[in-house]
Amino acid sequence: MTEVGIEEAVDRAHRDEWARIVASLVRRFGDLDLAEEAAAEAFATAVERWPDDGIPPNPGAWLTTTATRKAIDRIRRETKRYDKHREARLVYGTVDAAPVGVIEDDRLRLIFICCHPALRMEARVALTLRMVGGLTMPEIARAFLVPDATMGQRITRAKAKIAAARIPYRMPEAEDLPARISGVLTVLYLIFNEGYLATGTATAPVRAELTTEAIRLTRMLHALVPEDGEATGLLALMLLIDARRPARLSAAGELVALDAQDRRLWNDALIAEGQDLVRERLAAVAAGARPGRYQILAAINAVHTSAHTFRATDWSQILALYDQLARIDRSPIVALNRAIASAEVDGAAAGLAELERLASTLDGYHAFHAARAELLRRLGRTEQARTAYDRAIQLTENPAEAAALSGRRDRLIGPPEGEDR
Amino acid sequence: MQYLVFVIADEHDSTSVDRRPAISEFNRRLMSEGYWVFAGGLASAETSTVVDNRDGQPVLTDGPFVESKEYLDGIWIWNAPDLDVALRLAAEASQICDRQIEVRPFATP
Repeated sequence: MTEVGIEEAVDRAHRDEWARIVASLVRRFGDLDLAEEAAAEAFATAVERWPDDGIPPNPGAWLTTTATRKAIDRIRRETKRYDKHREARLVYGTVDAAPVGVIEDDRLRLIFICCHPALRMEARVALTLRMVGGLTMPEIARAFLVPDATMGQRITRAKAKIAAARIPYRMPEAEDLPARISGVLTVLYLIFNEGYLATGTATAPVRAELTTEAIRLTRMLHALVPEDGEATGLLALMLLIDARRPARLSAAGELVALDAQDRRLWNDALIAEGQDLVRERLAAVAAGARPGRYQILAAINAVHTSAHTFRATDWSQILALYDQLARIDRSPIVALNRAIASAEVDGAAAGLAELERLASTLDGYHAFHAARAELLRRLGRTEQARTAYDRAIQLTENPAEAAALSGRRDRLIGPPEGEDR
Repeated sequence: MQYLVFVIADEHDSTSVDRRPAISEFNRRLMSEGYWVFAGGLASAETSTVVDNRDGQPVLTDGPFVESKEYLDGIWIWNAPDLDVALRLAAEASQICDRQIEVRPFATP
């Protein structure tokens, strides 16, 4: 077996098995730190041993067994942490032979511990990427542009709270489930968004490794709770947005807006998969289910991705979906997007009028000024458009977006003054 | 696992309704279900006195050790198997007392 073959096998096992191995160790030993350290040691051992011994026929089982032995070794070495009785029970207790269904359920429990509502949101994100995604501390720190030490502290504090406050390793009660799933979905969507429009100047504008990881975790969640409409909706939403990624960056590193994207670059397989999921939810809604915000957002993106050109977009359907969204989510961001859609249906002047009503609430938000600049440009109010672009550029934290906005501003044609005001 | 449960009062709390009967009822339930260890309401924060004898010179200060809009109104000690159980009880307690509730585990050695 070649070095590359081994490396690939370890990578694949890491991607596919990490969460399951950690979850099964947490269930058995009830200790996140121990589970994570033992899993990491098992992978390190695989890197040493597989080149000589060959890749085992069932890498997942090999890694689980190795990790379990490592964990027991650790407990033996640190008997101060555990009394003899406990050690004996763990070492000679029933060997992990849980059926597949339960193992998958295990992974879901792990997601729920990491996303426990008693933890701070940034700790939930970090812990999910660490424990469920298997990302290293420096990787997570880099993704969120904080120093390693800060990210390490967040994870350490979260783990300490889980242990000290005794956050249970179990599924939440049935009545808590909808609320807890919505917290999990928020965490996954945050991870995705950070990848999709990364903040800060020191990073790539689009972090594919984060969007990909968010999609992988959401896929896992969807497989575990296939009947949850919002989990389905979020997966569809991510797939439909990620499908457009190849067209989102120009060769010059500018973000390309939806109206200027080369739609031939879109990923048809992801679009087909996302639209299938949207259709599945539409059928459920027709049968009486109430769609939540991710399902509606996914439906909006399904409309965008089914148009072959920007002009061919069914804007009135998008507007209707934003109206539906506004009924369950009164946030000004939703109102902003509705205004943008209304400009396509009712004209730039109508859209701008709707937009101006949000001026006081959204003055600090770059996308508000970018949308306003765009409509002002369409109405020929060049000088005002220039000012709005400047404000948007000043407010955005994403360098590729700033470059795109600067490009749009510099392409403005028109008298610098004296236009209609 | 024992949890200290703080009942937090603040300026916004309504005081028109007498919540004591409902709280007593809740306490009886905590006892019958095995969660109850201790409960006590506190007199107002102004009645508090802070003693500092760290230098061997006792200094008494009138009032609580932090000045804030929120103050401690009462405490419970509960015995609960895990945080989720404690939080579910706290959610009920918050509604019954019409107060915010802080749940903190006792440190385990």
